[in-house]
Parts: sequence; structure tokens; C-alpha cells
Amino acid sequence: MHSGAPAQSAAAPAAEPPGQQREAATLGRRVLRLFLYQRELTPLLITVALFIYFTIRAGSTFVDSLSLSSAAGYAGPIAAIAVGEVMLLVLGEIDLSAGQVFLFAPWVEYWMHNLGLPVVLSILIALAVCCGVGAINGLITVRLNVPSFVTTLAMNFILFGLVLIYSEDAEASPIPLSASNGSPNFASKVMGAWLWSEILWVLAITILAHLMLTRTRFGVRIVATGGNLVGAAEAGVPVRRVKVWCFVLCSFLAGLIGIIDAVKYGSLDPGNFGVDYILYAVGACVIGGTALTGGRGTVIGAFIGAILIGILEDGLTLVGVSTNDFYVWVGVVIIFAMALNAQFDRLIARSRGT
Amino acid sequence: MSVQSAQPTPPALEVRGVTKRFGALVVLRGVDLALRQGEVLGLVGDNGAGKSTLVKILSGFHPPDAGELYLGGERVRFNSVEAARAHGIETVYQDLALIPQLPVYQNLFLGHELTRLGPLRLLDKREMRKLARQYLDGINVNVPSVDAEAEQLSGGQRQAIAVARAVRAARKILLLDEPLAAMGARESRLIINLVKDLSSSGRVSIIVIDHNYAHLFELCDRLNVMQGGRITIDQPVHETSLEELTELMVLSYRRQLEEVPNAGA
Repeated sequence: MHSGAPAQSAAAPAAEPPGQQREAATLGRRVLRLFLYQRELTPLLITVALFIYFTIRAGSTFVDSLSLSSAAGYAGPIAAIAVGEVMLLVLGEIDLSAGQVFLFAPWVEYWMHNLGLPVVLSILIALAVCCGVGAINGLITVRLNVPSFVTTLAMNFILFGLVLIYSEDAEASPIPLSASNGSPNFASKVMGAWLWSEILWVLAITILAHLMLTRTRFGVRIVATGGNLVGAAEAGVPVRRVKVWCFVLCSFLAGLIGIIDAVKYGSLDPGNFGVDYILYAVGACVIGGTALTGGRGTVIGAFIGAILIGILEDGLTLVGVSTNDFYVWVGVVIIFAMALNAQFDRLIARSRGT
Repeated sequence: MSVQSAQPTPPALEVRGVTKRFGALVVLRGVDLALRQGEVLGLVGDNGAGKSTLVKILSGFHPPDAGELYLGGERVRFNSVEAARAHGIETVYQDLALIPQLPVYQNLFLGHELTRLGPLRLLDKREMRKLARQYLDGINVNVPSVDAEAEQLSGGQRQAIAVARAVRAARKILLLDEPLAAMGARESRLIINLVKDLSSSGRVSIIVIDHNYAHLFELCDRLNVMQGGRITIDQPVHETSLEELTELMVLSYRRQLEEVPNAGA
């Protein structure tokens, strides 16, 4: 309909020729529209292309379960953090502390367990603490008008310091839930000890978050708040409350996957710095088609972006390229994705009917 | 209060002594206003006279610094837009309050979403689409599609959606802050008819801010003039002419200028 505005067809390279060529032109425009409004499509195609490329180059070693689970293990935490981050990016906010929350949560669980609390209770307390961290991030941002970039940057340092202080710099510590006596029990398998449990958690989180953003009233409120803050408030959207809840959600998801990831690897290193994770997660969001300008974003895209990074990491290693090349490629993909999205936005703006 | 209860029907909305300042800037200096049941009240005045601020206080967007609001004779306090809405007050703001990235039908239902499955608040998109299409067709608002994003609409279409949203949802009071600004003749006519229809139903009382006197004289039962953060003139439309009103405004403006030295002392 909006593409029916004649001014927009000027964007197409040639004047409309008759017959078959015109049909091809309309088809081309429809495909373009599909890519304009389904931002996940481009990264999905790139991911599939990479998958095919690495399968051809590395053969069966790439598609065996060890290699794929390694890619999934790499992508999982990034994806879960990215999914929470998308909500904040749509709001026009950002959470730089989510990566540190991811590392902080299993420590809280560990400390609680050491105090003599049962495992399940320790996990619940750790998740509650993560929600608290998110609530503090959100409240400082909306009540004290501190930009969330700064609030969460500071929170990142605070959590890192807390882990160093209370772990007393002990290099690695066991996680109570993980299998200490050989075979892991069912609960620990669910919570990450099984090879595929983490990526299944992440998949479930992604689907639920996607439904929340696109199918619920809360999702509409997130888009409204990020798309037009004053307008949303005037229309009765409780914009501050929406923001605080999204900070809570982002921290919660990061903490949950952090505990699962710690159970999976069975060790904790107080020296890990969460910024690594958050940079990959924001990168995954951008690759997936989420703008940092607010109002637009896709959860599925963020998941695909994380998978793309995971495949790139795993594939380049298997092909025998130096892992250092990986960083260059991640950078190139992020810039490419952002530039493409900016061009898509321009095309949408130009198609505006007047 | 005794004066209030002596009246047979209290005003739909009454404002008493409302003041508002933003930092050093005093915007409202004691506004008194009464909106009668079922009437259309026009609010006119220069830019900066405080009209939009008054509307934002009535809609719950700003809290007043002092003064009282009464709905149907009962004292009310709004600490949010939601609270005012719960009392049946809907507003069309100057900046329209549309979300560029949301489709037309979701903008039309923003803040009034139809949801399913109780606490999950799952959007009933199909029903909202259907109702939006029906409603917009019924009032002759032309949009390319209810699925088009608001960003893709023309200025006039956006304005029509914003007004339609408020008119649709208003139960007691409708506040319109320049609903006809930047609209073509056809669209202006459409909005004027929409407001007239609503007003003739008698259940909703309306305040309109506009700079076009022809529109105001057509729409309104009464005009209030705002000058320097106060209501200075209150005139029924059928008892006045544009010339008379302009004369009154000039007189009142002169009087205010004379007051300035006193105010400074």
C-alpha cells in the first residue's frame, strides 16, 4: 500500500518497462519489502550461508555433535544476554552490566550454598539478587536521570569488585549442583550438565521473549516507550515502570543463563570480566537487525546474531584459520549489519506516503 | 462546597485556583474554569498563555502546584494519565502521541488494548484490527491499511488517528489541544463532524483549543480566553461575535499591561 506511492518507485533503478519486466520489478519490490520489514531475514541467510560454507570446507568435523555443541555453547550465553538486551535497546536504553550479572549469579548461588542453604534455595536467592541488580539499574536510570549506559557501566565494576572481594581471589571453585561424584543427577542435567540443555534453555527463553515483545500488551508498551517516550506517556503508558521491568528482566535472564553455564563448565573464575559477553551480546543484537535508536528490535534476530557469531567462531577454528581472524570477522559483520539496517531505515522513510 | 452542593447539576469538570510553574517560569496563575455537562468549551489565547499546560494538568500528565479539580462535583486528584483516564478523561495532545513504529490499529488502541488470557495480556490482534477498520471506515478516515505503520501516514492522517483514538475512548471528558492544526479542509471537516457527533450525544463534555475562530464559533457553546496564565474572558458563543470578542481581548490585554508595574512592586 505505502509502496504504492509513486514517489517511492523512483528509488527503483529503471523506469517501469511493460510486460514481463514489470512483473519482475514488482516481485523485486516485494522481496525488498520483505527484507525491509523482516530484519531477521538477512542475518538468517548469512548464517545459513556460513553453515554451508563451513560444512563444505571442514566437512564432517563441522557438523558432528561435538563441533555443533561447541558452537552452541559459545552462542548460548551470548544469545540469552542478547535477548534481554534487545528489550532495552528497543526502549532506547542499554545494560552493560548484564555480562557481569551472568558471571555474578553463580557466585551468589555458591556463597549461599556455602552458608548451608539447600541448592534450590541458593539458586532462587541468586536469581532474586539478579532481579534486584536490574531493579537498581532501572530505578537509578529513571528516577535519578542517569543515562543507563553510565548506570550499568558502573554496576559492571561494582559486581566485578564484589566477586573479587568475596571469592578472596580463589581461582576456581566448584558449583554445588554440578556432578562432584561422577554421574550428574537429573536436576543438574536440566540445569546445564547435559550437553544440549543450555541451548534448549536459550531457545525457550528466545521464543518466550519473542512472544512477549510481539504478542502482549507489555510488548506494545516497550515499543511505544522506545518509539515515542513523551507520546507513550501521554497515551497512558507507564513508561518508567516499563523501563524498570525491562532492566529486571535483562538481569534475570543473564543470571539464569549464568547459573546454567556455570553448572555446565563446573568451575568459577573470579577473574572473568563480563564486558566480553556484553559486547558480543550487543553485537548479536545489531547483527540481528535491532537499531540502537529505539522503537525497533527483534528477539529472533538477536538469537540468530548470536548463532552467527558461534558458527563463525567454531567454523574458523575448524577450517584452521587463526582464532585472531575471528575478531576481525565479527567486527566486519557488525559494521555490515549496521550499515545495511541504516540503509533499510532510509528506504522505509522514503516510502512514507504523503 | 456549600455553593457547589446548592446547584442542581454540578459542572462536568471544574477547575479552581490552579497554578503551575516550571522552575522560574510561572505558567498558570490561578485558573478558574467550569465545563458544563455536555457542552463544548473553546479555549483561546496567545502562544504561552498556558492553554496546553492547563490541558496537561486536566489530563493527569502534570500535577498542579496548587488548586483543585472537581469531576461532577467531586474532588479528584490525578497523579498519572492512567488515573485521569480511569475517570473517563481522554486527551488529544498537540504532539499527537502516536508511536511511529506501531501499526495504525495498535496506535488506535494504545492504552486500551484488547487482551486475552487474563494476566498474560495477550493482544487480541484480530479483533483490534477488525474494530479499527470498522471504526475508521465508519468515520471516513482514509488510511492505506490498519497495518501500515504510523510513520508512513501523512500529517493529516496521523492527526485523524489521534483524534479518533480519543473520541472513541472518551467516556466523560474529551480534551482537544489544537486538533485541527496542519489539517486539510476535508480532514478538518471530518474532525469537526466527529466532535459534533460526540457532543450531540450529550454524554461527553469537551474542551477544544484552537486558533481558528471560524472553527471555534461553529463547534463551541462557550469561549474562554486565556491570557497570562489566567482565564480572563468567559463568553457564550451565541451572545457574542468575533468582533466583540476581539475587542474584549484587546481591552483585557491593555488592563494586564497596566497591571505590570504593580505586579513588579
